Amino acid sequence: MPKSRRHDAIIVGAGHNGLVAACYLARAGLDVLVLERNSYIGGAAVSRKLYQDFTYSNCSYVCSLLRPEIMRTLELPRYGLQIIPYEGGCTMMHNGGHLALYDNHDALRREIARHSARDAEAYDRYARDVMRQCRFIKPLLMREPPDPTSFKPRDIGELLYLGKRFHAMGEERMYDTLRFWTMSAADFLDEYFESEIVKAHFAGSSIIGTALGPRSPGSAYVLLHHYMGDIDNTVGAWGFARGGMGAVSAALAASFKASSGTIRSAAAVREILVRGGRTIGVALEDGEEIHSSVVISNLDVRRTFLETMQAANLPDEFLKQVRNFKIRGSSGKLNIALDGMPDFPAIPPGSPTIRGDLHVTDSIEMMERAYDDWKEGRWSRAPYIDMLIPSQLDPTLVPHGKHYMSVFVQYCPYRLADGEWTAQKRAAFGATVIDTIAEHSPNFKDLILHAEIRTPWDIENEVGLTEGNIFQGELTLDQLLFNRPIPGYAQYRSPVRGVYMCGATTHPGGGVMGAPGANAARAVLRDLRRAH
Amino acid sequence: MAAPAPSEYDCIVIGGGHNGLVCAAYLAKSGRSVLVLEAAAQVGGAAVTREFAPGFRVSSCAHVLHLMPEAMIKELALGAHGLRLANAAMPTTALSPGAAPLALGSGERGKLVGAARVDELAYPRYAARLRRLARALQPMMSGVPPRLGTDAWSDRWSLLRLAWQVRRLGRGDMRELLRIIGMNVYDLLEEHFESPLLKGALAFDAVLGTNFGPRSPGTVLTLLYRMAAHDGSSNLAQPVGGLGAVSDALAQAAIAAGASIRTDAAVRRISVHEDRVQGVVLESGQAISADAVISSCDPKTTFLGLLGSEQLDTGFVRRVSHLRTRGLAAKLHLALEARPNFTGLGAEALAGRLLIAPSLEAIERAYNHAKYAQFSREPIFEITVPTLSDPTLAPPGKHVLSAIIQYVPYALASGWDGERQRFTDLAIDALERCAPGLRAAVRHAELLTPVDIEKQFRINGGHWHHVDLAFDQFFMVRPLPGAAQYRTPVAGLFLCGAGCHPGGGVMGAAGRNAARQVLKRVA
Repeated sequence: MPKSRRHDAIIVGAGHNGLVAACYLARAGLDVLVLERNSYIGGAAVSRKLYQDFTYSNCSYVCSLLRPEIMRTLELPRYGLQIIPYEGGCTMMHNGGHLALYDNHDALRREIARHSARDAEAYDRYARDVMRQCRFIKPLLMREPPDPTSFKPRDIGELLYLGKRFHAMGEERMYDTLRFWTMSAADFLDEYFESEIVKAHFAGSSIIGTALGPRSPGSAYVLLHHYMGDIDNTVGAWGFARGGMGAVSAALAASFKASSGTIRSAAAVREILVRGGRTIGVALEDGEEIHSSVVISNLDVRRTFLETMQAANLPDEFLKQVRNFKIRGSSGKLNIALDGMPDFPAIPPGSPTIRGDLHVTDSIEMMERAYDDWKEGRWSRAPYIDMLIPSQLDPTLVPHGKHYMSVFVQYCPYRLADGEWTAQKRAAFGATVIDTIAEHSPNFKDLILHAEIRTPWDIENEVGLTEGNIFQGELTLDQLLFNRPIPGYAQYRSPVRGVYMCGATTHPGGGVMGAPGANAARAVLRDLRRAH
Repeated sequence: MAAPAPSEYDCIVIGGGHNGLVCAAYLAKSGRSVLVLEAAAQVGGAAVTREFAPGFRVSSCAHVLHLMPEAMIKELALGAHGLRLANAAMPTTALSPGAAPLALGSGERGKLVGAARVDELAYPRYAARLRRLARALQPMMSGVPPRLGTDAWSDRWSLLRLAWQVRRLGRGDMRELLRIIGMNVYDLLEEHFESPLLKGALAFDAVLGTNFGPRSPGTVLTLLYRMAAHDGSSNLAQPVGGLGAVSDALAQAAIAAGASIRTDAAVRRISVHEDRVQGVVLESGQAISADAVISSCDPKTTFLGLLGSEQLDTGFVRRVSHLRTRGLAAKLHLALEARPNFTGLGAEALAGRLLIAPSLEAIERAYNHAKYAQFSREPIFEITVPTLSDPTLAPPGKHVLSAIIQYVPYALASGWDGERQRFTDLAIDALERCAPGLRAAVRHAELLTPVDIEKQFRINGGHWHHVDLAFDQFFMVRPLPGAAQYRTPVAGLFLCGAGCHPGGGVMGAAGRNAARQVLKRVA
């Protein structure tokens, strides 16, 4: 086997967090190698042509959470990343009614008032309180969580920082924050709104990607997690990456190469090598060994330590906690090539909301029942659907006149009660979703040219996310901040010297945010500086 | 101290429930003139013993005594005032139709018998660790919750004390506490055990009296809360004469300390002048003045009913009206012609606490119905047969079965009138599956839904914790910010009920903490 040259740092997995970490390290002058198992890079932020000239963002499908400071530092726009913001969205009910969301505040208030005048009043209070929480959390996203059990000045300093920020909110707000972090989205929304559809609309983001229902305590935080993005300083705004989500990865890769980093795709890492308690590099599937004293894993915590490392090199207690880390597949995805633009009679002609998130649900109860199905090991019979037609704003995705629809589905289990996934079951799942959409769009079925149906099982096998969980681990209180992924190892480090984590499995978690990658890179650089 | 003029008191306690009586007793012991006003004909609130069928008596709401601190029982000399235990250490046994029962022994140090071998080995470590974690939370359970963001040293001190307690656990336990405190009991038990029956039984205590299923995050908190409240000994006990005997002893203690108690004296409103409490006005129209009014009623009744929202600012009123106060537990009382025979149980086990919660999934499914305003098709049970230890509760040879049933929603989609009998039958059938022949022995059955509990015990929502026990209604935010230290926005008006920290369950801590706060502020 040819021994390839030694690198300063090796990054396992070319997902967006891996690439972000790579960029920061390369910019700091390190010789960085990124290894990707698939023949293409991007992990879950990819654009793929799976049918003719249609480009699918076939995993993650919208952009918002990507930290602006990362965009700036890594000059992503310069390397071709263009975010197209879209306006609002719409929730459609089975009875034909709908609630549209507009950026225009007056239009939005009028729309909410159609359902409840009281809720229109409450909306401002709601928006204010949610933004207040965002402002509290945002600065924490790009910081290394402290270890509350440690007496190191750094940890104590971070704890004090947390305490100060918390205290600065004032008594009332502190209580609100305590409650907000532990409440269910349903209870939280009940404190503001009375209209079922208004509550259901806002509750949507509290369940996306999680194995929680809107009635599960802690789901209010997940709701918040989806509000933490901003585009061009519009807080909470969402947009499409021109050319699909792969454009994010492509821009990161370009930025990385510009600072002379190396990416090798179709290079699957078999094992992270350890000698005498510290890493010496990695071994690929084909037996090739690549050496480095720093290995940063973009994989989730289970894959990193249970599947790419020898158990003998890790403490038993640590391994036990890794096994206990909750990573649950709860979401499915459909990518659909359309022969034309489907009609949605519920949506007024010319309304901009058709270009935003289109949700299908009636009420929080319907979402909760969808969750009950998941608990019983079956996909939701009346699933919660978050669909978008990005080709309206980004024609580069499709041939002229055609359209691409991305359909995110909650809930879909990784393991079915009646055994493994089969082609038939996958098709049946797809049919459930397509029928649900067809209820709201009479000509939808006739327009379908091709549909890619992805269950959590498929996502795991293609992308390498355990159980296809989009956050690389549940965003529950026991797995947030200094608990994420493992108490005592929330600082991107591991029990083995030189082995780091940079995936969404670490603080602050998932969504195409890049914060874990950036934070991990900072941790690595600090350790290297200390070493010299 | 000079005797107060007629209908002139230092303190008026609204409600003669156990917390009200505890509060009154402590206030009287420290020389305050105290009047307790109870709307019902007998004191005790939800800790009462009532005849529900000719010759058959039962603890109508709470049916075991296990949370009241021993210190309090001593301080108030409840023994001297007539409190006797018929059964001082009730073992817990988990039942499952068609399966061998699982014995959890009595108390937290109880020995596990009947589970899978691996579980019997794992259990002691699990139980010991949870005990350590719960002990670290104990000061938080017994004390007055601190206020955040104040400069008061008492608040800072109690926060520091709590932090120190947690630190003292040592790195391993502290990390585990910080990890599991926000977790759901389902995952916690899946991490440790295999036997479905064991996991069901252990999860039962986490969801008992809550609006949660085992998968709901926060159920580890409710479990630790229950363990911390145990205050060391966790023995389940059954007083002679039922839980009413506890209230009677508390009343005797209060009277002995100089407090007066008036029953059949419902309060219509709390009178306020210039944001200061003046006293109360009874339904009879009689006005009684006092420097302090302490309400053991639930917060909604106190603030929206007795005080009136016009006395409070809108933000506070909004918070009060948003409190989740609906109970999800019902009580079933059976008058039995004969001793019930639960399959495979010895006399000692039968006299203890019996659980029917066959598995985590079974509990979660039972909970699912309640989310949609239906009662559980296969409910879960906590059962006692008090007459085995205390024959005075029934005619000779006859028996009483008392069961807490979950999940039974307050607001039933179909309304309770038509469904009451259906649910009673469904519940008795479920019991019959574990105790063949039971149905035939039933002479009379009484079902108390949360609606009945609301009516009969004047608890808004019929929740035995008054305010649902959950992270966002816990400790510093219980029952709500601005009233979490037993004080209220109205000077001289205090809370002492189960709606306050640390909650209900015949613990008395709320009453004692409230008394301390009153004494600090009322000369």
